[in-house]
Order: sequence, then C-alpha cells, then structure tokens
Amino acid sequence: MAALLAVDNLHVHLGEAHVLQGISFEVPEGGVTALLGRNGVGKTTTLRALLGLVDRRGRVELEGVDISRTATHKIVRHGVGYVPEDRDVFAGLTVDENLRLAERDAEPQYALVYDLFPELKARGKQLAGTLSGGQQQMVAIARALLNRNRVLLVDEPTKGLAPLLVTEVARVLERVSELTTVLLVEQNLGVVAQVARDVVVLDTGRVVHIGPAKELLADKPMVHRLLGVGRA
Amino acid sequence: MRRWVVPAVVFVVLMLVPKFAVDIPYVFQGSINTPGTLQLLALCLVFGGVAMTYDLLFGYTGLLSFGHALYFAAGVYITAIAITKWHWSFYVSLAFTALVGLIVPLVLGAVSLRVGGIAFAMVTLAFAQAGSILAFKNPHGWTGGEEGLGTDYTKLPAGFIGIFNTKNLYWLALAYLACVFVIVQWAVRSSPGHIWQAIRENELRVQVLGLRPYVYKLMCFVLASFLATAGGVVYLLLLGGATPDVTSANFTLTLLVMVVIGGSGTRWGALLGGVLYTWANQRLGDASSSQFVSSLPSVLRTPLEQPLFVLGVLFILVVFFVPGGLARIGQVHRPRTLQRLQEAMRR
Amino acid sequence: MSTVVLLTITGLGLGAMYFLIASGLSLIYGLMGVLNFAHGAFLTVGAYGAWYVESKLGGVAVLPRFLIAALAGLVIGGVFAALVELVLIRPLYKRHIEQVLVTVGLGLSASALVVAIWGNDARPVAAPTWLGNTTTVAGAHIPNDRWVEILTAVVVLIGLNTFLRRTRYGLIIRAGVENRAMVTALGIDVRQAFTLVFAIGGIAAAIAGVLSSVYFGTVDPARGTSLLIFAFIVVVIGGLGSLRGTAIAAVVVALVQQYANYYASSGLGDLSVVLLLGIVLLLRPGGLSRSFA
Repeated sequence: MAALLAVDNLHVHLGEAHVLQGISFEVPEGGVTALLGRNGVGKTTTLRALLGLVDRRGRVELEGVDISRTATHKIVRHGVGYVPEDRDVFAGLTVDENLRLAERDAEPQYALVYDLFPELKARGKQLAGTLSGGQQQMVAIARALLNRNRVLLVDEPTKGLAPLLVTEVARVLERVSELTTVLLVEQNLGVVAQVARDVVVLDTGRVVHIGPAKELLADKPMVHRLLGVGRA
Repeated sequence: MRRWVVPAVVFVVLMLVPKFAVDIPYVFQGSINTPGTLQLLALCLVFGGVAMTYDLLFGYTGLLSFGHALYFAAGVYITAIAITKWHWSFYVSLAFTALVGLIVPLVLGAVSLRVGGIAFAMVTLAFAQAGSILAFKNPHGWTGGEEGLGTDYTKLPAGFIGIFNTKNLYWLALAYLACVFVIVQWAVRSSPGHIWQAIRENELRVQVLGLRPYVYKLMCFVLASFLATAGGVVYLLLLGGATPDVTSANFTLTLLVMVVIGGSGTRWGALLGGVLYTWANQRLGDASSSQFVSSLPSVLRTPLEQPLFVLGVLFILVVFFVPGGLARIGQVHRPRTLQRLQEAMRR
Repeated sequence: MSTVVLLTITGLGLGAMYFLIASGLSLIYGLMGVLNFAHGAFLTVGAYGAWYVESKLGGVAVLPRFLIAALAGLVIGGVFAALVELVLIRPLYKRHIEQVLVTVGLGLSASALVVAIWGNDARPVAAPTWLGNTTTVAGAHIPNDRWVEILTAVVVLIGLNTFLRRTRYGLIIRAGVENRAMVTALGIDVRQAFTLVFAIGGIAAAIAGVLSSVYFGTVDPARGTSLLIFAFIVVVIGGLGSLRGTAIAAVVVALVQQYANYYASSGLGDLSVVLLLGIVLLLRPGGLSRSFA
C-alpha cells in the first residue's frame, strides 16, 4: 500500500534536549497506525513536528509532497487534522464557535459530526470551558472531522477519561478509521488492540519497532520491554 | 588574570587621553584634550557605565525593567537637592545619596520582584513614572520642576569646578566606569552571579534546586540600581545641574537601546553601546547644524536634524540584522539572552 | 453635588480616551504577545494627521472641516499601523522580543520625526465652538467635548465587541488570544489577523489622538508617550487581552486620577494611579480580568 505519510530522519531539539533523534517511519494509507512508547519518549513531539508546531530538521512527505519546510496552517490545509493531547478547545468560545472556527471546506460535515456526537448539537451555545473532559474531547475530535482530511493526527484521546467514555472514543475512532487514515498516539493498549492495524514504537527519541499491531500485542515480553506494561 | 589585560590596557589609554593633543576629524570637534571633547568623552564613559548597570539586570539576570531611570535620576536629584536646597556639605550629600541609593531599590525592588515578566516591567515603569511626576511637581520647590535644578557650585570640591578642571571630571567618569566594569565582571562570575544567569535561563530550575530566586533577583536589583545612582552623581557633577528628562520612561528606553545595540549579556556590549549611543547623540546634534546637512534637501535634512530619529532608525536596523548587538557580530544564531527573555515575558 | 458630577463626567471623558488607546494595546498584546511601544506613535500620527488636514481645508466651514479632518486622522492612523505591522513586525514572526524592541525604536523615531517637522511646541487645534462650550448638569458645568469622548468610546466599545463576537475575524482573534498555536493547527493563517489587529489598534489610537487634541486644545508631540504610559497601566490592571477588563480599568483609573487630583492635590492623582497598579499587581498578577490570566 502506498505511504500516505513518510517521515525520514526527523530531528527535534526542545531547548537543550535532543527530543527526536532521527525518526523514520511510514504511515500507510487507510486504517490506524498507532505510535506507542513510554512517557516522555517523544510521541507528542513527533505529531507536533509533523505539523510544524516545533522546529524540526529532516524530511516529511504527505502523499509525496515535501512538507518539511511548510508552515503549519498550510500543512493543515493539505488535509491534516489534529486532535491535540490536552484537547486545546477554546474555553472562551461556545461549542458552536469552536466548530465554526475549524471549518475549512465549503461543505463541512456537520451531519457526520452530530451523528457521532449528538450532545454537541444540544450544547451548541455552551462555553467550551464549562464542558466536562469527555465533552471537550468530543469537541476536539469533531473539529478534526468537520473537514475532509487525508490523515488525522490524534494524541492520547482517551487520557483522563472514565472507562465508559474510553469505550465511546474507541468506537468513534473505529468509525473514523473507515473514512480517513489515522496516526494515533495512545497509551491504552486495549484501545490500540481494538483499532490499530500497524504500530510504530518509540524509545528516547528513536524508533525501536515497526510492525503489525496484533503481532506486537500478542508478544507479552516484548510489550513489557518496549512499553513497560504488564509482566515479562 | 589574563582576562584583565585588555581592560587594563584600555584603561591606561583612556587615562592618558587628556595629556595628548590629538585631532580626530569627524569623530570629535576639537582635539581630544580640549574641554569640549573631554566633556563628551566623560559623558560617553558615564553612560557606558550606566548601560552596564542596566545590562546586569536585563542581559545577565533577564529582568526587563522599564524603570531603571529612577535610580539614576535619584543620584542626580538627591545630590543636587541636598547640596543646593538643604545646604549640606558635599560629602554629607554624597553619603546621603548613597544611603538612598541602597534603601530605595531595596524597598521598591522587594515590591516589584513579587511579580515577574510583563507585570514586573509595568511595576518598574509605574514607580519610575511616579518619580518623574514628583520631579515635575516640584514639592517644596526642591526639584525645580520643568526647569530643573542647578547645583550650588560653591559647595563642590574645587577640583571639579571650572572649565580647566574638565579633565578631572573626565578622570572621575573614567574611574566610575572602571569601578562599574570591575564590579560587574566580578559579580557575574561570583556565585550569586552564576545564579543570576541561571535564573535568566530557567528560573523554575533554580527553584527546584532549592534556591530562592527572589532573594538573588533582589540582590542584583539593588546592586544595579546602586551603581546607577552612583552614575547619576557623576552625571550631575559633569553637567552642573539636574533636569527632569533623566526621570522619563524614554530615558530607560534609551538605556535599553544602548544595551541591545551593543549586545546584552556580553563583556563589552553594554559599554560599547553606551559609549556609541552617547557619542552619536551628541555628534548627530552637532552634524545637524553643519554645512553638509544644511545643504541637503529638506526632505532629508529635517529628519536628520533629530538625533533621536537617526538613532531610532539605527536601532531598528540593528534589531533586524544584528539582534545580538555589535559585540556579537560574528554570531549567526539568535542569542540565547533574547530567547530566554522572551520566555520570561510570557510569565 | 455638582463637584461630584463634574469630576465623574470629566473623569469618564478621560477614561474614554484611556480606553481607546488601551483597547488596541490589549488586543495586540493578547493576540500577538507584543508590547507595542509604538502605540503612542499611532496616536500622534492620527492627531497630527487630522490637524494637518484641517489646516489645509481653510475655506470649509468649521464642523465639516473638523469631521473630515478627524476621518482623515483615523484613516492615516489605521494605514500607518497596518504598514508598521507588515513591514516591521511580520518579518520578525515568533521573535517576540525583537518585535517589542522594534516598536521601541519606532516609538522613538516617530516622535523625533514629528518634532523635526513641526517642532517641540504644542500647536492649537481648531474645533467647532460647541465643543468648547459647557452644558450644565445638576449644577455642574461640563465641557461639551467630554460628552463626545464618552459617546465615541461607547460606540467603539460596542463596535469592537460586535466585531469580535459576530465576525469570522473576530472569532479568529478571540481564539488566537487564548491559544495562537491551536488556531494555526486549524489551518488558519493568523498573520492576517495580526495585521488586522494592528490596524484596529491604530484606528482606535488615532481616534484617541483626535479626541485628545480637542480635550487639551492642542496637538503635542509628547502627548502620545505620556498617554501611552497610562494606557499600559490600564491594560495591565484590566488584564492583557480582555476588552471588558480594559474598559473597566480605564474608567477606574481615570476616576481615581480625577478624584485624587481634586481632593488631594494636583499631581497626586497620577501618583495614586501608580499606587493602584502596584496594589493590583501584587494582589493579582494577571490583572483584574479572570479570563486570560
């Protein structure tokens, strides 16, 4: 399958720290590729680097187009959606305004969004800052879904959510993955098992494993070694 | 020890200036040992020193103060008032000014440093503005309001009075600069000095190490302000009077301009910036009445007649093309001082 | 009683001017993180622009001449501000400190240029006579220009609010003040919003400049800088980036100044404003506004 996103030798320095030390991987078209790793290895930084939100060196290609030097808003306009780690919804704006701001296409997909998240329609006039964590997560995902994107970069969507909501989000991710390619950073291996097709594992700024999700998750010792969860 | 060689040589050369009748065309109007040129040189040296005191705050510790003028003005005004209005002797006035120069920054600094970033900058601006208002308000007729205050020269040491003694004032200015240079260089290499620079880099990390940044910042604030007050005293002797323009926010901004043009947080930067700015300010003023400028078409002549316009434009050019300042002219990357300051401002 | 009325209304007139200058400063800092030291220059350019145009319209009657000149001042101020952003600020994108330094340099140069062309002295301004007269309210003789200032500020406040709440650019600006990076991550080019915010600030400052010419009766090269300092204090007290906070702070600062100047002694009002800033900052470093502390 053709690679939608190709990353080659990506380096990122944050202050004095060499956070990404030459990452290379590919995100094939269709389905969910999960980006895994312990805390602090550079997963979020990778997503931010792909979007140009941090200074980076190296090569990033979206469908063969070089976006290594492109400005963030232009990258996004090429069809990259972003669901950030801390949701980053605009607290002072209403739910409607948050969604409206995210509109890019001539015909934003409100039908899809309200079908997935009927609550957002009901709470349209509510200030996003007064929403619960789960509801804010819905807004963050909805924002990215309004437009037809080639790829969605999703950063820990289940972080801090109650189990019931985690299931909700996993269900949404499944549905979304049928429509768009997704690069998913996620710590919850249950969610990963449910939705991911391939995995890329990072450790201290480097890629240490690439392969099918099912294979990795079935190998308990490797899971423990690479991700530090479970027993050896 | 080796790092004192160049400064020592520079010091000796500067000390010998009044002894030589050397003419440097365009740079100075008369030969370098004439009173007029010595006065200008002395002024340059004083501001070189005062710029260094500002650099201590801004370039080394990352404290962006918009009120440094207040402490310089305190040196100018308190001494003038004590001598001329209260009729104290010269040395008693000096002692009193020194006391004020220690207590006022201690109190105001203790208050201002409770906040950081923009808030700190605004509080310092506000305090300086208060000082400026006081100067203009002329309480009890002490400050002379808008006109300023001339110093009662009968109370000054004989060595500092009269045109022929300009060279003494020059040497006083040089002595001031030398003291400031030595103190600043020693301070930034001392243990608190390292902490100042650490605070500039990452205040949180300093806190995590168990130190209290507040105390160190206050130390720096008081030292820098005290040295600025001393500069104010020398300035007063040099000019023979106090005027309220030294209390303005504009004055602190010109200090900022000096430090940035020269290169903040470097050994020679602030000194260079202070000297160059003062020299340019004076010479541009002289040049505006010269034949060359008068012969220019008014479109060019009018703006050039205002030194502040030329210097402002020059400053903008420096910020664009040489943000590290003249002292860092070789460097390609944006100096870390500015990066750190930007982060500090966000707080 | 009449004294209280007089002090309050003239205070509101002063507050109106503070708000006009401070609103632009607040938006610019809130959205762009730039402390715009050239904002006083926008005021001066607007004021002198209007005065200059007025002096060239000799044959026209006073009222239309004043209005045309005022409009010219606004346009000049707005265009100047937009040009400043495009030429000086935009190229230094993400280098906030350099942007601030550039505004410092610009503020100094612009003042010097005005002095170079028109001299250091204040120049008288011709305004419709009605503005110089007084209206009596509850026994107090209120100079009419105060009404104009208050009305203008209210109109601008409503206008800005509507712009921020009802237009797409307003939405972008409100979001950008909260989280600029996320706005770009939604595919929006914030740089256009930057230029717009500068232009808005320039127009508002120019309005303040024109009104201050009426308030003081003259144009003065130093006025931009002196009002700028008060504007900074207002912005910081009100909370950077908050329009409502700026409006409230402008009123509070101006009233404190007026009352203290009258009841204590002249000049003490200015000092009490400084004191007010100190107190507010020590209690609430983020300013009075809770939204974007």
